[in-house]
Amino acid sequence: MATPITKPTTAPAEHGKPLAMAPAGVKLPIFLDNHSTTPVDPRVLEAMLPYFTEHFGNAASRNHVFGWTAEAAVDNARAQVAALIGGDGKEIVFTSGATEADNLALKGVAAFYRKQGNHIVTVETEHKAILDTCKRLSRDGYEITYLKPDKEGLVTPQQVADAVTDKTILVSIMLANNEIGVVQPLAEIAAAVKAKNPKTLIHSDAVQAAGKVPIDVDAMKLDLVSLSAHKMYGPKGIGALWVRRKPRVRIDPIIDGGGHERGMRSGTLPVPLIVGFGKAAEVAKHDMPEEAKRLRALRDRLYHGLTSQLTDTYVNGSLEHRLPGNLNISFAFVEGESMLMALKDVAVSSGSACTSASLEPSYVLRALGIGEELAHTSIRFGIGRFNTEAEIDFTVDLVVKAVARLRELSPLWEMHQEGIDINSIQWTPH
Amino acid sequence: MAYSDKVIQHYENPQNVGSFGKDEDDVGTGLVGAPACGDVMKLQIRVENGVIADAKFKTFGCGSAIASSSLATEMIKGMTLDQAAAIKNTQIVEELNLPPVKIHCSVLAEDAIKAAVDDYKKKQAARAQGEPT
Repeated sequence: MATPITKPTTAPAEHGKPLAMAPAGVKLPIFLDNHSTTPVDPRVLEAMLPYFTEHFGNAASRNHVFGWTAEAAVDNARAQVAALIGGDGKEIVFTSGATEADNLALKGVAAFYRKQGNHIVTVETEHKAILDTCKRLSRDGYEITYLKPDKEGLVTPQQVADAVTDKTILVSIMLANNEIGVVQPLAEIAAAVKAKNPKTLIHSDAVQAAGKVPIDVDAMKLDLVSLSAHKMYGPKGIGALWVRRKPRVRIDPIIDGGGHERGMRSGTLPVPLIVGFGKAAEVAKHDMPEEAKRLRALRDRLYHGLTSQLTDTYVNGSLEHRLPGNLNISFAFVEGESMLMALKDVAVSSGSACTSASLEPSYVLRALGIGEELAHTSIRFGIGRFNTEAEIDFTVDLVVKAVARLRELSPLWEMHQEGIDINSIQWTPH
Repeated sequence: MAYSDKVIQHYENPQNVGSFGKDEDDVGTGLVGAPACGDVMKLQIRVENGVIADAKFKTFGCGSAIASSSLATEMIKGMTLDQAAAIKNTQIVEELNLPPVKIHCSVLAEDAIKAAVDDYKKKQAARAQGEPT
């Protein structure tokens, strides 16, 4: 466990407000948005550095030591990344990130197995890299089934198997959700799918789960897995698709040119990024048992700190089947973006609409059947490797004060206090 | 998104937060927006001799919505009902430097003023009808 360097500090003076003192050991701003990305671990950076200037060779150069050194480093990283999910290094296809890995898995399988079928099963709460790819495939003549999760955010093995037909070439279900952190029963789902149609392949976007919860591709009967380095304290710009070799899973490439990555993904390999990805996977695998316990304790501290001091809070998604570092919680009657503004010393994100170009609140929360008025009040906390107990305590304090202040400003809170049901009012949607 | 200094000022020190009794004769109440859209504004006016003597608001919404309603209550104090009802959202956009994605917040504030004035006028009309001549 790396200990971040911290020192007592003060918030910058802004807008004539008095300086907010951070307690000793807390450095502002605090990063609690570890689902969006993570800082590069110093151990990872250290491993990468020699591959920029000293060992800069092209891993595809077969005729000199520069190429051999780069290739050896890449092969080592393949093995490290594969080990995180119980796979073999030869099954790793490096990509620019998980969005590309998701595209390659879906489009690659769809194209290669077209003669076998045209049906794909996925879930409404998947990442846009899956949903938008499915949208394109459906324009190209594929049939897509989008399963609806229950109010906890979970799908059942039976529900998935029921959607599988003899035309189903692929089932794509994420292991852990990026907004609510809910972990699907993927091993049971895969077993049920294979029992219904042994030819159906299973893909999982494991970007949020990898390095946080154990993954064993053989025990879980997976065929393809998408991974990303920057969600696990590695660099941005590198991801991987793990593609099963026994029995062999085939995909058509979406990028041609040179036949790198056994023809599945051409393009010169970014050796320093790959080395960093490998090191990040190794560290995550090594630290996982202890780190998961620590993160869960911090998450529970956050949860109890907030819910013991505030009424009318709602956790979105199953608290039981969830990543240890995730808390997605709605503070009824307080709009999410105004919360983010109040928490300017803490980086979190909101499921409210105002934060994006779209006017719709989070599609993930809506898929769970959470009302739009509550979806607008949701905040996602993502606790990570470098967060401390002192940071969590500071955050609890800040959030409790912000919610109290914003509820005093909220006409909905006033109505709630007066016993008026806000659903009984004829609102004028705009 | 970066907020303008004016928005941050109003958000951190909102003016005229609170409520009047909505059944009081000299009070007009406007309640606009919808929780499902992430924006609800309640704006109230207290009228004396045809002039808005005081105004209060409560807003559920983003920082720009809070700032828009705070500014609106400041603007209308001292105005006649017709002057207040003539306020355009563009004045709020300009004053707060709202980006295009936040224009709807200013529209909601304009609607809230109009709704409060309407409510007051309806109340007065009903009262005039109800009173013996």
